[in-house]
Amino acid sequence: MVIIMSDEQYQKFIKKYTPKPKKLINAITTFVAGGLVGLSSEILLELYEFWFNLPRKESGVLVILTLIVIASILTALGVFDICVTKLKSALIIPITGFAHSITSAALEYRTEGLVLGIGANIFKLAGTVILYGTVAVYIFGIIRLLIIGG
Amino acid sequence: MIYVYAFLFCGLVCMISQIILDNTKLTPGHVTSLFVVIGAFLDIFGIYDRIVLYCGAGALVPITSFGHLLVHGAMDMANDLGPLGLSFGIFNLTSAGISIAITVAFILCLIFKPKH
Repeated sequence: MVIIMSDEQYQKFIKKYTPKPKKLINAITTFVAGGLVGLSSEILLELYEFWFNLPRKESGVLVILTLIVIASILTALGVFDICVTKLKSALIIPITGFAHSITSAALEYRTEGLVLGIGANIFKLAGTVILYGTVAVYIFGIIRLLIIGG
Repeated sequence: MIYVYAFLFCGLVCMISQIILDNTKLTPGHVTSLFVVIGAFLDIFGIYDRIVLYCGAGALVPITSFGHLLVHGAMDMANDLGPLGLSFGIFNLTSAGISIAITVAFILCLIFKPKH
C-alpha cells in the first residue's frame, strides 16, 4: 500500500516519532556536572598551593595543565567521547574540550601520515579558539589602550 | 564560600552553552569561539579579574578564561612597550596550556589507535 501525503502532512507524521530533545534535563545535568568540574578544580588548586607552596596564579596554571593531560589521556582511551554524550557541554566548555579537540584530531588523522595527517590537521577544531581569541585580543586591546590607556 | 561560587559560575557557563546548543543550530565549535570572545570582552574593564577573585579556579577552567588570559598577557606587555607590546605578550600566559596540549596529543596519537 502506498500512502501519498503532502510535505506538511509528512512533517506532522514524523514529528510524532522523532524523540523530543530533553532541554530541561540537559540544562540541569550540564549545570551540576560543570559545577562539579569547577568545584574540583578549585579544590585541586588549593591542594597544589598547599603541597608545592606555589602562589595562587601559578597553581591555577598547574590546574589547567592537569585537566588538559587528563582529558587528552581519556580521549586517547576512548572514554571521553562516552562521557561527552552523557554530560554534553559540561566537558566541552571547560579547557578539557580544547584538549579533547586537539587529541581527537591528532588520533583521527594519524593514518594519513605524520606531516600531512597530524601536522596539517591537529588544529582543525582548536584553531577556531586560537584564531578568534587572537583577533579579539587585538580589537579589545586597542579599545582598552584608547579608553583606559593600559 | 569560594567553593560555592566556583560551582555556581562554572555550572552556569556550561548551562548557558548547553541552552545555546539545544535551541539554535550552532555547533560546539561556534559556542567555544563565542565564549572565548566573551571572555576577552569581559577583560576590557577588568570584570573577569573580579570574577576570578571570587570564583577562583571555577572561573579559570571554562574556555572564557582563555580569552581573559590572552588579553591579560597582551595588556601586561602593552603597559611596558606601548601598542607594540600587544603582539609580544599575547600568548605569554596561555603558552603553557597550548604547548602541553599539543605535545601530549602528539605523543598519545603515536601510542594509541583511534576507537570508534
